[in-house]
Amino acid sequence: MSYLIAEGMTGGYGGADILHDCNIYAEKGEIAVIVGPNGAGKSTAMKAIFGMLNIHSGRVVLDGEDITNLTPQARVAKGMAFVPQTANVFPTMSVEENLEMGAFLRRDDIRVTMNEVFDLFPILKDKRNQKAGELSGGQRQQVAVGRALMTQPKLLMLDEPTAGVSPIVMDELFDNIIEVARTKISILMVEQNARQALNIADKGYVMVQGSNRFTDTGEVLLNNPEVRKSFLGG
Amino acid sequence: MEDLLNAFLLMSNFVFVPAIAYGSQLALGAVGVTLVYGILRFSNFAHGDTMAFGTMIVILFTWWFQSMGINLGPLPTALLALPFGIIVTAIFLLGSDKLIYRFYREQKAAPVIYLIASVGIMFVLNGVVRFIIGPNDQRFADGERFIVKAREMKQYLGTAEGVSIKVSQGLTVITAIIVVIALFWFLNKTRTGKSMRAFSDNEDLALLSGISPDKVVAVTWILVAILATVAGTLYGLDKSFKPFTYFQLLLPIFASAIVGGLGNPLGAIAGGFVIAFSEIMITYPYKKFVAYVVPGDWKPEGLVQLLATDYKFAVSFIILVLVLLFRPTGIFAGKSV
Amino acid sequence: MLINRNIVYFTIMALLLIGVGLFQSWNVSLSILNLCLISAIMALGVNIQWGYAGLFNVGIMGFAALGGLAAVLVAMPPVEGAWSAGGWGAIGGLFLAFISIALAVITYQRMSAGRTRSIIIIAICVIGFFITRAVFGPATHAIEDINPATSGYLGGFGLPIVLSWPVGGIFAGIAAWVIGKITLGLRSDYLAIATLGISEIIIAVLKHEDWMTRGVKNVIGMPRPVPYEVNLQTADWFITLSSTLGADPVGFSSIFVKICYACLFVSMLLIVLWLSETALKSPWGRMMRAIRDNEVSANAMGKNVTKRHLQVFVLGSVVVGLAGAMLTTLDGQLTPTSYQPLRFTFLIWIMVIVGGSGNNWGAVLGGFVIWFFWIEAEPLGLVLMNVITSGMAEDNSLRLHLIESAAHMRLMTMGLILLLVLRFSPRGLLPEKSS
Repeated sequence: MSYLIAEGMTGGYGGADILHDCNIYAEKGEIAVIVGPNGAGKSTAMKAIFGMLNIHSGRVVLDGEDITNLTPQARVAKGMAFVPQTANVFPTMSVEENLEMGAFLRRDDIRVTMNEVFDLFPILKDKRNQKAGELSGGQRQQVAVGRALMTQPKLLMLDEPTAGVSPIVMDELFDNIIEVARTKISILMVEQNARQALNIADKGYVMVQGSNRFTDTGEVLLNNPEVRKSFLGG
Repeated sequence: MEDLLNAFLLMSNFVFVPAIAYGSQLALGAVGVTLVYGILRFSNFAHGDTMAFGTMIVILFTWWFQSMGINLGPLPTALLALPFGIIVTAIFLLGSDKLIYRFYREQKAAPVIYLIASVGIMFVLNGVVRFIIGPNDQRFADGERFIVKAREMKQYLGTAEGVSIKVSQGLTVITAIIVVIALFWFLNKTRTGKSMRAFSDNEDLALLSGISPDKVVAVTWILVAILATVAGTLYGLDKSFKPFTYFQLLLPIFASAIVGGLGNPLGAIAGGFVIAFSEIMITYPYKKFVAYVVPGDWKPEGLVQLLATDYKFAVSFIILVLVLLFRPTGIFAGKSV
Repeated sequence: MLINRNIVYFTIMALLLIGVGLFQSWNVSLSILNLCLISAIMALGVNIQWGYAGLFNVGIMGFAALGGLAAVLVAMPPVEGAWSAGGWGAIGGLFLAFISIALAVITYQRMSAGRTRSIIIIAICVIGFFITRAVFGPATHAIEDINPATSGYLGGFGLPIVLSWPVGGIFAGIAAWVIGKITLGLRSDYLAIATLGISEIIIAVLKHEDWMTRGVKNVIGMPRPVPYEVNLQTADWFITLSSTLGADPVGFSSIFVKICYACLFVSMLLIVLWLSETALKSPWGRMMRAIRDNEVSANAMGKNVTKRHLQVFVLGSVVVGLAGAMLTTLDGQLTPTSYQPLRFTFLIWIMVIVGGSGNNWGAVLGGFVIWFFWIEAEPLGLVLMNVITSGMAEDNSLRLHLIESAAHMRLMTMGLILLLVLRFSPRGLLPEKSS
């Protein structure tokens, strides 16, 4: 059984439904990527999994436990972590304080985790006392991912982590994400840069108009001519 | 040389010392306004009357202590009553939050709705204070009046001018320093304080991190109770307690908070001193000062006053307008415009 | 349904006023009615700002006071010799101040940013300030020295006082334009704080610029737009009229005067109400409400939100200024110390919110209801306190304190009404018709 099971999700923000019978699964230590055209409901699917919008049918199961009716905060306690696309750091607080806030719910010693984050993103160690708002776009994304990792999540969800960063920084971020996955954390990611994302994906979901269109391993999807033609620009 | 010393002493006595005391009072008030703005995201029009309410409770306890013969010797008895004033004010503020503001938070109401609700609370407080203690001036200062007397200083220095420092002024500055240091220690070093800053920075992310909004809001109101009661009591000791004056303090307090950048406590403190010094320096009659500084026996005819004291609120207002025109986020960057 | 509700509420209101007339006196009832009418106009002005556009104005008092100032400047007879003594100096001083500010603004706009610009602007301001003072100070002193016990001010133009109503509106409109220009487009809080500030300053000016308003010495005995009681009592047609009605001419004359005022005010109210309703139903009004309900999308649709807000803010203030001038006309005197923010700003707010923000009829009803209870709360509060304390001894200090403080209960009651309506019936007695 998959670590994360999100099945038959149908719902939206109150008006018309955006998701229609959408299914997403993620395995332990693997990277799952949701790609698709603009307005396909990629981010919406992720928010539904995190409990930020109501789905009126379908269910979300994490590690065998049904969490469909939990609030986002309660899902954090269950081992989910979410990195929003924008406004994902505390700008007037230092890098170190940002990480501390990520671990707000933990009562044990957080220094070990913090050092792990610093090992993953060495630049943050140098800038630990600088305000997050003063960092470059790529460094801010690292702070955002680092903050999410401080809760010691089992499932890390990233909403377009590479939006607005340069190609070099993007490659670096993807490398970091692979490293995170190696520590037995499941990763679920929404990406605009479909080709690069599917390259590192164990599993890919191509979404169109709120439903799954193609589901396979990243490699197969990259080689699927139809996917290439419609979604990867040839 | 002697004249220059006299001029300096004169300015110290009538401008610097009062402005430092007044600035501290405004700073404490402005930090309270800015905290509410940072966490609850509205300008609290009830703040002036919250100060009046807290001060009233302090006065009532002071009178009770005085009637029992309890006092602090040279220091005002009000200091002893301060903690009780803070507790009662905190209970009131937490109650008003539970009954009123929380509803609008759950509704995710527009900031202007909070503003109107705070006006309602202002009315209620206004009525409560006038109902209990009346609309008139109340004096509750006791103990020694002066730390340094101008007359003694003149004799000691052999100068024509001297500086007097009132106990209330010294107390204001010392208390303000203690409160501000404690506040910044709390905000920067404690887990709860940091969670408040996080909440103020990015509410959604704070929620995702598991920070409880209810707790942050409750702690904010307690801090506001401390700041408002201390500021109000110090102002009352230094000048006098009159409910309407506290309502009028709202303008210089808001001006201080906006000058410093709404939501920025450090800026609010700087703003408080900017406003206080401007207000006192612009309304001070410089006649005697000019006579000292200008060589010879020449004396100016008028008062050499830039603006009549009646217009002291205009000073806060003009500074406020200038800041809004040129730097709407305040001198120190605050939250959004 | 909505029409029915209108009729029911206004009928109840009329019955209340008639009740006061029957049980207290017609004089009291008409006094309340006149102030209800003025309050209704003021509430209409605030409703234009808040109900149409969602602008929170905390300076209603100041705009109303500008109307009061207009009444003095338009209607009072000019003081003999005041103009020659210092009138032109005072006006010239104000003109110089205006020129310096204009120069500073032009310099700011024309020159490129830098230290030179800052130095020049500061120099213009400082020099302008001292020149203004040199002209203005002696002139105003000269004016204030003319017979200070009875005049000591410039007086007005001796024109019919009704003319001051539109002039008051214009004064308030100009002040609103300046404030709006500065704060609109920023956060809503800033408009609130700035209007709070300007109203305090306007009152300070009225209190302390004796050459213009006699300050705290008050301007009294202002000309009336309606006949005087003494003249009525000796007029033949009036004596005949009261004898046909079977009334005592002395008592009836004061009622007659109040009815005259009421007729004037009712016609004013109807004009303002008609204009407001027309504006609200026009494409302009629909656009204002669209902006209020979704500023972001209105902005995206290319509407200049800030400009629209400025329009509506000025219009609302004009109405408030008009009502302010009417109020001073009714009082027959300008007493700057009587301008209290709780009475002039926040009470009007409560009228609008209780009546129904966005609905002009609601604002009118709110003006009537709240003013009625504001006046009648005092005797009711006193009765209540007497009942509560009836068990206590005559000289019980608590009893005396409670009875003495009954007046302050009004503030608390008004605050509670505001909070309760905002919470449980935010759309007010007569809700806005949804389009």
